[in-house]
Amino acid sequence: MGLVTCIDVEKSFVKGKETVEVLTGINLDIEEGDFIALMGPSGSGKTTLLNLIGGLDHPTAGTVEVGGKPLKDMSGRALAKWRSENIGFIFQFYNLLPVLSAQRNVELPLLLTKLTRKQRQKHAATVLEIVDLADRAKHKPGELSGGQQQRVAIARAIVADPTLLVCDEPTGDLDRQTADEILGLLETLNRDHGKTIIIVTHDPKAADHAKHILHMDKGKLVAEVPA
Amino acid sequence: MSTFGLIWANLFRKRTRTTLTLLSLVIAFLLFVLLRAIAAAFAGGVSLSGMDRLVVEGRYSRIDSMPLSHMYQIRGIDGVELVTHESWFGGVYQDPKNFFAQFSVQPLDYFAMYDELQIDPAVLEKFVRTRTGTVAMESLVEKYGWRVGDMIPLNTTIWQKDDGSTLWEFELLGTFVNPGGIQGLQLMLIHHDYVDEAAAFRKARVGGFLVRVEDSDRAAEISAAIDDMFKNSSDPTRTATEDESNRQLANSLGDMGFITTMILSAVFFTIVLLTGNTMAQSLRERIPEIAVLKTLGFSDLRVSWLMMSEALMLCAVGGALGVGLALLLEPGLNQNLSGVLGRFEMTWQTIATALGLALLVGVVIGLLPAVTAKRLTIADALRKG
Repeated sequence: MGLVTCIDVEKSFVKGKETVEVLTGINLDIEEGDFIALMGPSGSGKTTLLNLIGGLDHPTAGTVEVGGKPLKDMSGRALAKWRSENIGFIFQFYNLLPVLSAQRNVELPLLLTKLTRKQRQKHAATVLEIVDLADRAKHKPGELSGGQQQRVAIARAIVADPTLLVCDEPTGDLDRQTADEILGLLETLNRDHGKTIIIVTHDPKAADHAKHILHMDKGKLVAEVPA
Repeated sequence: MSTFGLIWANLFRKRTRTTLTLLSLVIAFLLFVLLRAIAAAFAGGVSLSGMDRLVVEGRYSRIDSMPLSHMYQIRGIDGVELVTHESWFGGVYQDPKNFFAQFSVQPLDYFAMYDELQIDPAVLEKFVRTRTGTVAMESLVEKYGWRVGDMIPLNTTIWQKDDGSTLWEFELLGTFVNPGGIQGLQLMLIHHDYVDEAAAFRKARVGGFLVRVEDSDRAAEISAAIDDMFKNSSDPTRTATEDESNRQLANSLGDMGFITTMILSAVFFTIVLLTGNTMAQSLRERIPEIAVLKTLGFSDLRVSWLMMSEALMLCAVGGALGVGLALLLEPGLNQNLSGVLGRFEMTWQTIATALGLALLVGVVIGLLPAVTAKRLTIADALRKG
């Protein structure tokens, strides 16, 4: 069994009197250390599937297991704790807290640990060095470029040393060159640090950095292509 | 960074907005403490208190004068130990703003009645002998920088001299203190015989009588006996214990407790609406950020507590600054108002109530953002963001 397993996963939303089927019959097995790109047209259910894998939402039917744990059995509090320890999230629009410096944004997930203030600062400084932003630690998001903000977001995602990184269009708001730098950084995290990575993307060039590409259409997985 | 740092940073994300909100809270709590102190001063009365002392005044108005001859009749009532009189002089020193209490009295009887007042016997003896003399409380003498021997001019609209003048001059003979009494009380005593002799009218009439009874348990009975004695005269009386008389005086100006409560209720109602609106606005702006915190592993309860802590911190800081400002202003206000109000002090009870109220306001305005943040669904919030 892989790190992430989806068994007959379905997800639907109720809009007024109508029920919209977003995901149907998703069966998926992702091995630890893999780098998966999830592609497909808008509305195909990529982000919804990513949210289910990241424990941000629950399936209407079926089971999502991460590291052998069925997420549906966890209480809200337990799921929050599990996310803080096991999952790193990277968003298209970075979603940094504008009132905090880069260093403090990176420290955020560590507030949930038992680390001391000094240890938190040290951890944050280390990962800022990994993403090559040590010299921008005191800057607030508004003072950083898009690429730099995404690097801070990556640093925040990896600071608690999670097993799995889920990235929703991480390069969607960046120019080609910056996007390649970010994807290169994700590749390094996968290759050198053993992080399992799932990215949702529309960009075939971004998908080229992954080991496997999954295609989705109308809420179903339609093909798996080795990259 | 600590959780406190996160709360603080979020609180001041819009510095101008938070500063203005904080300022309104500071003013509200400053008002709270000051108005409570004023209400307490009115409730406490302006005079010296004693359950064994009665105050006899005109039945229909406390400004009506009464014949001095009443005093001799009151002396004859069973249970009366001592009777003296006092008359409000109502003068101002140099400028109308320099207002303090002055009474014309019979020195020996007055100091015998108020035996808690401490005066040098030599000064008292001199006061008895010097009809144009005056003695004043030490705090009053210190305030105006007077020295013994100074002539103190007082202008009064109540007492006109035979020559038509309303300017009176008194020689300061010495001071007296009331160690167990109200700090900063400003009182000046002048000689009744001088005022009575020099005044153009109201001769042999006084403002009120002070009666000490032998047994305080009989105060009500003796009060009734005094009023009965004069009820059919041209100058009927109204007698009450000193405490009750003080309360009546305060109530004649209005129910200060009720008035201040109404003002403060209006102030805090507005504050809750204003601050609550600020917090709600702040929440609306941050819905995606709250979703991110939850994504990172902050539990619903923890996020909810963060929102509540922001409201509590804002109100606690506003309350503390308001109370602090009031404490800074207290000595100045006490010096300037104690002559009028008697006692202007902020008790620890008032301060504790203010800080408790600050936390209560914090809970009220933090409740809606806290509940909303708790119920926020991550996927929905991220989608909307």
